Amino acid sequence: MTTADDITARPPRQLGGRRVAIALRRIASFLATLAVTFIGLTAVTFFISRLTKIDPVLAVVGDKATKAAYDQAYHALGLDQSLVIQYLIYLKRVLSGDFGMSVLTSQPVLSDLIRVFPATFELSTFAIIIGVALGVPAGVVAAARKGRWQDHVIRVLGLFGYSVPVFWLGLIGLFVFYGKLGWTAGTGRLDVFYDGEVTVRTGIMLVDAALDGNWEIFSNAFSHLILPAGILGYFSMAYIARMTRSFMIDQLSQEYVIAARIKGNSFWQAVWRHAFPNIMVPLITVIGLSYASLLEGAVLTETVFAWPGLGLYITQALFNSDMNAVLGGTVLVGTVFIGINLLCDLLYKLFDPRLRT
Amino acid sequence: MSDTTLGQWLVSEAPTSRRQAVLGNVYRNARAIVRNPTAFAGLVVVALLILMAIFAPWLSMGQSPLTQDLAGRLGAPSAVHWFGTDELGRDILARTLFGARATLTIVALVAVIVVPIGLAVGTVSGYMGGWVDRVLMRITDVFMAFPRLVLALAFAAALGPGIENAVIAIALTTWPPYARIARSETLAIAHSDFIQAAVLQGASTWRILFRHIVPLCLSSVIVRLTLDMAGIILTAAGLGFLGLGAQPPTPEWGAMVSSGRDVILDQWWVATIPGLAIFIVSLGFNLLGDGLRDVFDPKSA
Repeated sequence: MTTADDITARPPRQLGGRRVAIALRRIASFLATLAVTFIGLTAVTFFISRLTKIDPVLAVVGDKATKAAYDQAYHALGLDQSLVIQYLIYLKRVLSGDFGMSVLTSQPVLSDLIRVFPATFELSTFAIIIGVALGVPAGVVAAARKGRWQDHVIRVLGLFGYSVPVFWLGLIGLFVFYGKLGWTAGTGRLDVFYDGEVTVRTGIMLVDAALDGNWEIFSNAFSHLILPAGILGYFSMAYIARMTRSFMIDQLSQEYVIAARIKGNSFWQAVWRHAFPNIMVPLITVIGLSYASLLEGAVLTETVFAWPGLGLYITQALFNSDMNAVLGGTVLVGTVFIGINLLCDLLYKLFDPRLRT
Repeated sequence: MSDTTLGQWLVSEAPTSRRQAVLGNVYRNARAIVRNPTAFAGLVVVALLILMAIFAPWLSMGQSPLTQDLAGRLGAPSAVHWFGTDELGRDILARTLFGARATLTIVALVAVIVVPIGLAVGTVSGYMGGWVDRVLMRITDVFMAFPRLVLALAFAAALGPGIENAVIAIALTTWPPYARIARSETLAIAHSDFIQAAVLQGASTWRILFRHIVPLCLSSVIVRLTLDMAGIILTAAGLGFLGLGAQPPTPEWGAMVSSGRDVILDQWWVATIPGLAIFIVSLGFNLLGDGLRDVFDPKSA
């Protein structure tokens, strides 16, 4: 451990070199953790695939196959090998992007995943924008007005967000905003009669419609997106506001805030210009983590809103015992989730000056 | 203790027996919880949930959760069916009351699985140190990074739907934080004098772990468990909603919401009532957990 004193005692150039070395070490350890966690994830999905009562051989040859054909397929699938070898074969296949064929769509699982991913990406990105735009100011105000009514209102809103089931809130949202008030569109990404009208370029409906210059479809897509994204955004708002509040309370209790006030800054200037920049690093971590959890939360939301993304794909595969698709989807969600998680951790360590030694 | 009241005897600074000290501690903690409005509100909700589960047959006033009445299906709330009837004409109030049992079963089973695993991994890891610690913590980190609901989905899909499999799936992704907590508590006390004294008296490693370290980890683990309960209930309800929890006709809140999904625009009560039940119960556990944390662990509040 080096103390702050000997850092300042060093000449700056040497310090720069050391920083790079430390950063490289952090990145190396990030990659190692990523690899280990990925191996763990695939080991678990492999284990799950062994648990199923569906015979993988019958899934290939059908139940009318002869004994010889059965044995041949049994051998071809590597089922006569030891579990470790089977896992390694599986890992190799996963790494080369081969998740097998989906029974439901008769397509390779990978191409299915690529097809449905943009819908989930659009939904969760829109949701995180809502979550950040509302959650960060709410958290800052709650901290600045700690113990007053603003703080209590934001706390109760957050507590509700932690307690309400997302699929239920989605249904209630549909009932109120679509059924009763008619403010938003119903389920799906577009109204039925717009289907196939948009050229698929990115798979992100808003972008594709804008590229086509078709603003009618754009606004229709928007009114389909706003309700599910708003509901998912509410959940990340609850988490982001809570974390922002606790980071800001830490900062506001420090003396430099008083110093800033004495220098003649207004209260809100001290809050936003002096205290707020100091919470940016941990805040970015929190935002990244809630983005990762949104990808997951999208599973239930997509089911409620018939949103044709990754979550709906996984649940539909589930009901049709399409294990290749379920496990492929799990590996994809898991990898993105793990990647974002660890990346946030790395960013935090690289940019937080207190952790540079 | 003849001329002192019971209250004074309980809070005495100089207990004369072990029993008095233990009872005094229980009393002080109970008083702190009751005086904390958040914790108290949460406690009331959780107590109501337990009472609901136990007395469901009496509270449902003669309505059975399973009896179908196809002529009276999707009935609006009325004097006979306070919360209306579902798509098979079953009384929603009765089903909601009985649904508390499924929720409590899942929560209790997850707690019973997760706490011992977390404590075992965490205390062993913290007390042994060295490569045991490194390996165990790396495994914990791997499980910590897993997406909870998706993995639970895959598990429930592979094992087949049902309460037991939902419990296993949830437990698998819930234990890592307990191992972390138990480990950090263990590290804090592993080198204290009373542990050294026990070692010198010839106590075995297991005895030290179970008799000296585990009891001291329990309070933080329990606070964490209460805070996690809401998440467990929501995940379980999510699995139920997708048809992977308790199987029909057993009343389960998530599955009940799902059955009201297609009629949400016309018969809103079918999905709304069980959803409200999930919401209130997880709110209760969140309030209780927040309150317990304020009472027992003021630093991290």
